[in-house]
Amino acid sequence: MTEESVVNEKSAEHMAKDHREISISQFFEKNRHLLGYDNKIKALLTIIKEGVDNALDATEEARILPDIYIKIEEIDKETYRIVIRDNGPGIIRAQISKIFGKLLYGSKFHRLRQSRGQQGIGISGAVLYAQLTTGESTKILTSTGKGKTHKIEMKIDVKTNEPKILKDEVIDGKEWKGTQITIVVEGIYREHKQSVIEYLKQTAISNPFANITFDSPNGRVEFKRAVDHLPKEPKEIKPHLYGIEVGIMTRMLQETKGRSILGFLTTEFSRVGKKSAEDICKKAGIDDKISPKKIEHSQIVEMVKAIKEVKLSRPPTDCLSPLTQELVEAGLSKELNPEFVTSISRPPTVYRGWPFQIEVGIAYGGSIKEASVMRLANRVPLLYQSGDCAISKAVAGVDWKRYGLSGDKIPDAPVTIFVHMSSVWVPFTSESKEAIASYTTIIKEIKLALQDCARKLSIYLSGIRKAERIAEKRRIYEKYAHETAVALNELTGDEKEKIEKAILKIVEEKWGEIEQELIEENDKETGVEKEDENK
Amino acid sequence: MNEKEVIGKLSGLGNKVLKDIKSVKDPDIQLPVRALSNIYFDEKSKLIKLGDKTSHRSYMNIAHTRKFMQTLLVAAECKKIIDQNVSTSIRDLYYAVKHTIPGTKENTFEEQSESDPIIEDIEATLNTLREQLHLQADRKGYIAGSLVINDTGDEIDCGKMGSSGWAIPSNAEPDVIKFKKCDAEYVLMVEKDAVWQRLNQDKFWQKQNCLIITGKGQPARGTRRIVNRLHKELNLPIYVLTDADPWGYYIYSVLKQGSINLSFLSDRIGTPKAKFIGLTTMDVEKFGIPKNVTIRLTEGDKKRTVEMLNYVWFKPKEWQDELKNMMKVGYKLELEALSAKGIKYISEKYLPEKINNKEFLP
Repeated sequence: MTEESVVNEKSAEHMAKDHREISISQFFEKNRHLLGYDNKIKALLTIIKEGVDNALDATEEARILPDIYIKIEEIDKETYRIVIRDNGPGIIRAQISKIFGKLLYGSKFHRLRQSRGQQGIGISGAVLYAQLTTGESTKILTSTGKGKTHKIEMKIDVKTNEPKILKDEVIDGKEWKGTQITIVVEGIYREHKQSVIEYLKQTAISNPFANITFDSPNGRVEFKRAVDHLPKEPKEIKPHLYGIEVGIMTRMLQETKGRSILGFLTTEFSRVGKKSAEDICKKAGIDDKISPKKIEHSQIVEMVKAIKEVKLSRPPTDCLSPLTQELVEAGLSKELNPEFVTSISRPPTVYRGWPFQIEVGIAYGGSIKEASVMRLANRVPLLYQSGDCAISKAVAGVDWKRYGLSGDKIPDAPVTIFVHMSSVWVPFTSESKEAIASYTTIIKEIKLALQDCARKLSIYLSGIRKAERIAEKRRIYEKYAHETAVALNELTGDEKEKIEKAILKIVEEKWGEIEQELIEENDKETGVEKEDENK
Repeated sequence: MNEKEVIGKLSGLGNKVLKDIKSVKDPDIQLPVRALSNIYFDEKSKLIKLGDKTSHRSYMNIAHTRKFMQTLLVAAECKKIIDQNVSTSIRDLYYAVKHTIPGTKENTFEEQSESDPIIEDIEATLNTLREQLHLQADRKGYIAGSLVINDTGDEIDCGKMGSSGWAIPSNAEPDVIKFKKCDAEYVLMVEKDAVWQRLNQDKFWQKQNCLIITGKGQPARGTRRIVNRLHKELNLPIYVLTDADPWGYYIYSVLKQGSINLSFLSDRIGTPKAKFIGLTTMDVEKFGIPKNVTIRLTEGDKKRTVEMLNYVWFKPKEWQDELKNMMKVGYKLELEALSAKGIKYISEKYLPEKINNKEFLP
């Protein structure tokens, strides 16, 4: 044992002096990997991702067809200037500094409606990362379209989690709407599988109504809009009781304006009628007339337990904004030029009280050269941690051989499997939002959707194989004509070219009839097996 | 049939097909069906005969197209060989017709096993012998004994062929092989070469005044033809010596009444009067052959034996008894098992005794 390792006991009082409240910004500084800033390559991706997600959310909410411009420019070794501009509604001055300069601020965390971001860490995290790595402030230009442009330069005060405004100007005259953010960060630009470009490509597929222009360090890439309408607008909903845990319930009881438990339950949650609310209180042994503020912890626990025993209608699903089959197929078609594309939009369903909906598209052939899986949550591509993701598990759980595709886990074929989960609350496995948690209901839904598409693909492929088989038979007739003619020439002395032509003429004459027989024969052989949905 | 006639037949086949092609008809070649479904046992001649069912090999039948082409290629090649007045082996023919089909990775023939049956098809459909098509197979059989023959002008004394005997050619037709002089009283046809060599060494043919022939397993067509002619032309009795097992008995039956595959040749290569001298499982008791040289029947042997019990040509009581006995004792034995009684036991005791007592199976 060495001197240094001698343990010095400390009193609890002494230790308490060391305990301090840390701000979320300080937390970020120490735990940047949790938010997607693990390394310099990923940092660039994360920033683009946060910026583009915000831009898409803003435009979509304002019902504007998105035009998004992104620029990544290397200004020094491993130092990049990133510009992201949208044609959204712009941001009013009062909110600018909070949105970009305060972590956990945002409209999305507190409401139940499908949107891309949901925690409010995103873009302010990027601002923080910039000042941590290059010391540069973030510049924001925004206009709500009344000829005024706000130009702000800001940082974040790490200790207080408050924005620090360095410059605040109003420029008059320029008529435009939208927001532009310029950030200078340390990073490394790459174009591999988990890169900015792949993210943008997948974003373009899952948002085929957006125009995305990307000036990369290697030149311009354009992802053109393929459809001229936005998906239907999602509605906000109240939470559903089945997803409520004791902690949330406690907070909601504190914040509610309801005077009685009965009122609280029927107004703060979706699909709770008077009868159900009374049932819950009765089962929990609570007087349904007492004030929500007066309820004790043990009663809350009882109430949450009781909820599980009461049958409630499912939450409304108009809070979801699925892509629809049309958009899934349009997106896959425009970016991948596949030979064949199919999709399915499953009916909305619920996990732990949260509505969600699964959509799957499978694109085959064309410019697709190998199998890949695109995972998306609320139209945002997930590029990392595929191993932990419910989507990967569902894909691996499909017996692809059943559908005439070889390969384990993932089919050994030129296919892109696109899986999209829409939900008011996507259960990510971590704050960096890279993998969907493996709820049985979710995996089951994905699997059913995959099987549906696989079935359609296998029908298409068996059609091709059938056509190939038939063409192959025709080739048999043709390929032996020459040899036969050579032999007949030897035996009869007739000119072999003439004989060959005559044989091919017979093939031509008889082919129609033979082909018809072959098609009928084939149809009998290849009845595609229908899979039991409950399997 | 002279060469002109053979060429005429080959051209006739070609012209028939050509006529179909010219009239935009699916061309076909008619072939006798060489399968169990189209053979019968002719009680009168005691031979397996080909029936008159024919099959059509047509170009526009996807299952036939390749064989159709192959048939014409072989026919054309035969015509070429006869035109050039040479003869060639069936293996040479295979190489002559094998080549890559232009524009594909496929060969006209992949194995000799593809071209050999086509030769038989042509023989059968044109009613022409392989030899007349100027084709020959490898020599396989050997003969020794007091027989003088003329082979394409050379005189050969089969009694002066030393230890190896005279190799029987693939073409044993009378225009090639002529019997000049024969003092032998019978023919002993031996399945195994090793046993034939033992008998030759022991000068068995001299002592017994016979001819000894081996086919080295299933005898080739030339050997069967020689046996057929020795019986027909020289009136020699034919005795067959094989292992006492289903395969040996099958060899005997093919020699005697022909085979399904070559049923169109039974008249020429079957010898219905041939008799079976041994070995039988019954001999074990009779000659006191020790049980330890017997071999247990395999499942395959048993299955085969049961099948043979139902063949018309194994219906005679003696054969039924033997086959049933084989099933009962559950063993078979090789000719060499007789050596357990002494090396020369077969030539000095077993065969002379059987022949003197005329102990044969029909």
